[in-house]
Amino acid sequence: MGRYAIRRLLQAVPVLLGSTLLIFLIVFALPGDPIVSLGGDRRPSPSVVEVLTEQYHLDEPLLVQYWHYIGGVLFRADLGSTYQGVPVADLLASTFQVTLRLTLMALAIEAVVGVGLGVWAALRRGKAVDTMILAATLVLVSVPTLVTGFVLQLVLGVKLKQWTGLDVFPVSGVGDGLRGYILPAFVLAGLSIAYLARLARTSLAEVLRADYIRTAVAKGMPRGRVITRHALRNALIPVVTYLGADVGTLMGGAVITEGIFNLPGLGNLLFRGVYERQQPVVVGVVTLLVLVYIVCNLIVDMLYAVLDPRIRYE
Amino acid sequence: MSSGTLARRRAGGRHKKRRGRPAGLWADAWHDLRRRPMFVASVILIGVLLLMAAWPSLFTSIDPFDARTCELRLARQTPTPGHPFGRDNQGCDLFARTVYGARNSIVIGMLTTLATAVIGGLLGLLAAFHSRWADAVLSRVTEIFFAIPAILGALLIASTFRDSEVDSILLVVFALTILGWPMAFRIMRAAVITAMSQDFVTAARALGAGPWRIMTRHLLPNALAPVIVISTINLGGFIAAEAALSFLGVGVRSPDISWGLMIAEARDRFQYAPLPLVFPALFLSVTVLAFIMLGDAVRDALDPKLR
Amino acid sequence: MRTATETPLLAVDDLHVEFRTRAGVVKAVNGVSYSLNAGETLAVLGESGSGKSVTAQAVMGILDTPPAAVTGGQIRFKGTDLLQLSEEARTRIRGEGIAMIFQDALSALNPVFTVGWQISEMFRVHRGMSKRDAMKKAVELMDRVRIPAARERVNDYPHQFSGGMRQRIMIAMAIALDPELLIADEPTTALDVTVQAQIMELLAELRRESGMALILITHDLGVVADVADRIAVMYGGRIVEHAPVHDLYRSPAHPYTRGLLESIPRVDLKGRELHAIAGMPPSPLDLPGGCAFHPRCPYRRAACASDVPPLYQVGWTRGSACHYWREVLDAGRR
Repeated sequence: MGRYAIRRLLQAVPVLLGSTLLIFLIVFALPGDPIVSLGGDRRPSPSVVEVLTEQYHLDEPLLVQYWHYIGGVLFRADLGSTYQGVPVADLLASTFQVTLRLTLMALAIEAVVGVGLGVWAALRRGKAVDTMILAATLVLVSVPTLVTGFVLQLVLGVKLKQWTGLDVFPVSGVGDGLRGYILPAFVLAGLSIAYLARLARTSLAEVLRADYIRTAVAKGMPRGRVITRHALRNALIPVVTYLGADVGTLMGGAVITEGIFNLPGLGNLLFRGVYERQQPVVVGVVTLLVLVYIVCNLIVDMLYAVLDPRIRYE
Repeated sequence: MSSGTLARRRAGGRHKKRRGRPAGLWADAWHDLRRRPMFVASVILIGVLLLMAAWPSLFTSIDPFDARTCELRLARQTPTPGHPFGRDNQGCDLFARTVYGARNSIVIGMLTTLATAVIGGLLGLLAAFHSRWADAVLSRVTEIFFAIPAILGALLIASTFRDSEVDSILLVVFALTILGWPMAFRIMRAAVITAMSQDFVTAARALGAGPWRIMTRHLLPNALAPVIVISTINLGGFIAAEAALSFLGVGVRSPDISWGLMIAEARDRFQYAPLPLVFPALFLSVTVLAFIMLGDAVRDALDPKLR
Repeated sequence: MRTATETPLLAVDDLHVEFRTRAGVVKAVNGVSYSLNAGETLAVLGESGSGKSVTAQAVMGILDTPPAAVTGGQIRFKGTDLLQLSEEARTRIRGEGIAMIFQDALSALNPVFTVGWQISEMFRVHRGMSKRDAMKKAVELMDRVRIPAARERVNDYPHQFSGGMRQRIMIAMAIALDPELLIADEPTTALDVTVQAQIMELLAELRRESGMALILITHDLGVVADVADRIAVMYGGRIVEHAPVHDLYRSPAHPYTRGLLESIPRVDLKGRELHAIAGMPPSPLDLPGGCAFHPRCPYRRAACASDVPPLYQVGWTRGSACHYWREVLDAGRR
């Protein structure tokens, strides 16, 4: 187990280096001097330009710049700073909280609703409930986040308030503690709920046909126990691993959701970074997301080994 | 033995009997598909959308690119005769704009799908078929791409080259292709590896068939099906991604029309004038749904095991 | 043979089972009857698709319904018709009264639980034992089915055992609660020949010790000779012949049984051409009319294609579903 973990960790290193390099190349491929555009109409004084150029190694080739950057990230936990001197790490810390809360809430919703629907459908396979859940997931997969976001905002946020006078789901901002996250979390989770429900349904339906389920019945186990202990324990292996891997996807998707609901998260920061040409911020945000993705995948691999004894000893 | 008979054998003996005449994997699938309501519905929808993309003037006599058709004082007018969807924030006819929006979505979706399928498919074939070395390198490279959230990566690429001379539609295709090809790569690679381990390929090898013949006659016909299915489903996803990029301001730009762009333009006044947002959103959702339904139906028809 | 007043342990009476599939209705079991006394061993012999496993699954109540449906008949266990019982009542009988082992022990054991957990579950759920006591019982059972180093291996997973050891674990699980009837569905088919013999020996021994009845389902005539008291031969969803094991071997009364016996390679007939039954087993989707065996039968006459033969009484202890059983019997004696 320990060796397996170390091997997976080592395999993750080139992925981290490769993806950050890729992002670095994309972001800095832009022609033009970022420092010149820094001051807007007023050109910064030559001495400032010189200091900044020195600090960001802007006069050196891209690969050397990348080396300085990734060296800082890996060995000094230094993510650099904006051209105005604000440390990127500080910006990330404050916005990451928001995105993390949103992502975790979406993950919880996804797990409960997705697994619930999938299990329900699998146990009523071929019946009306099953067909309805399948149709619902198809629609959910097809309606882009963009659309669900605005529709839910309108119906649950604005109209519900108009009709009932109660502000159940605040439509934007995070002023109201966790309550402000509920609606965006549902929107963010939408697509994943559909995929997870389908996965859980297929997986459980397959397991229910397995020989060892027939054995459990032949052993005289009550139906409830056959399903909850024997079947679900097996059927949820792919489901749990999907959930783990989905954390990274949800965080990436959070960017659009944050845009719709005006949440001051990583997405927001990324936008400002893109529009203000703050390359260190942009690279920092994406590097963080890549890191989350890699860590989640490592956890998933470990989880897999824990959940499925057949993997453990290979 | 021709690849056709082999493919049929793989598809299961049950089909063979159905009409007492020989048929291939695709013929079997087609026979099955014609009787699926989901398939028929999605084909009709996609047919209408393609028509809309090719000749939007068949659906509306108003040319949305003609500024004279817009009247600012009638902005956000609710539906009236001649303007079935009403007017948008600029007072332009919403129906005409929504109809003309189909073209960019369809064109971007199709070009991106084609590009990812060709690039990812060829590389996948190469990785599975050529050598362990090529496989190792290409597989690591795709892992790198998978680590970057697709929509963010596309956003960065599109925003980086925003000010260059590149056509905004081609830029979106380019950005989505860069992030989208690894998916087709993985599917193709897995499908070819599966096909290669099957007995009939081993048999063909033992009988002295050359690598080119094995690849074109045995592997491709069997490995292509999953790639086509995934590509169809992804086509819907790319259309949704185009809308998201346009919404975020790095995709299709005005005066070009795109559903994502229309949603972005309508969002500010959306709470009291929802129609300018609802109609493009509806068209967008139905288009994505149609392609996903088509892909789903084809997959079910091609894979008898899933029934 | 039993007297008329004695209630048999298990009596299957005119059982009919259908599968309703897309391709049509498959009549898998068409009026099967057999009975079994306490402590007796019955071998049910037949090719795949003959309905032998489906009958056993109907007795156990583990058919997938739908697509399967029991459309007629009775299954009486100690006088009670199981088909009339509630699902709860049937659940109580499974494991306690009737237990079953399957062909492929690897897929029949749950991959994510230790073998100890799976055996001890019988005691925890049926007997309400504590985890610790149930685990102790599991070790005892593993000893009893002769798994070496049972105490150390009780926390291993199924995939860590060999095929023969896995089947022993299945057996340990099945005999945990001392059932009165054990159904073994092709228990040795997936195993190496040497291991097959060991497992059959173990089953015979356990049966002797505990006095339970055994239904042994197999397609292998060689397996049953030493173990079974009686044999029922199935073809096309019906019993075509039943007889005490030695009578059947000595002089079959059905052409199908005869064909089966003649297709066993024998050392004393080495060098002669091996006999094979002509034709293919029928598809249960499309059974021939009349006697299902008639297209392959060397004794067939016109009546065979139209009249379904009843199970004719052959002497006191045997039955044969062949219109011309006397001819078959005489041919065998010659």
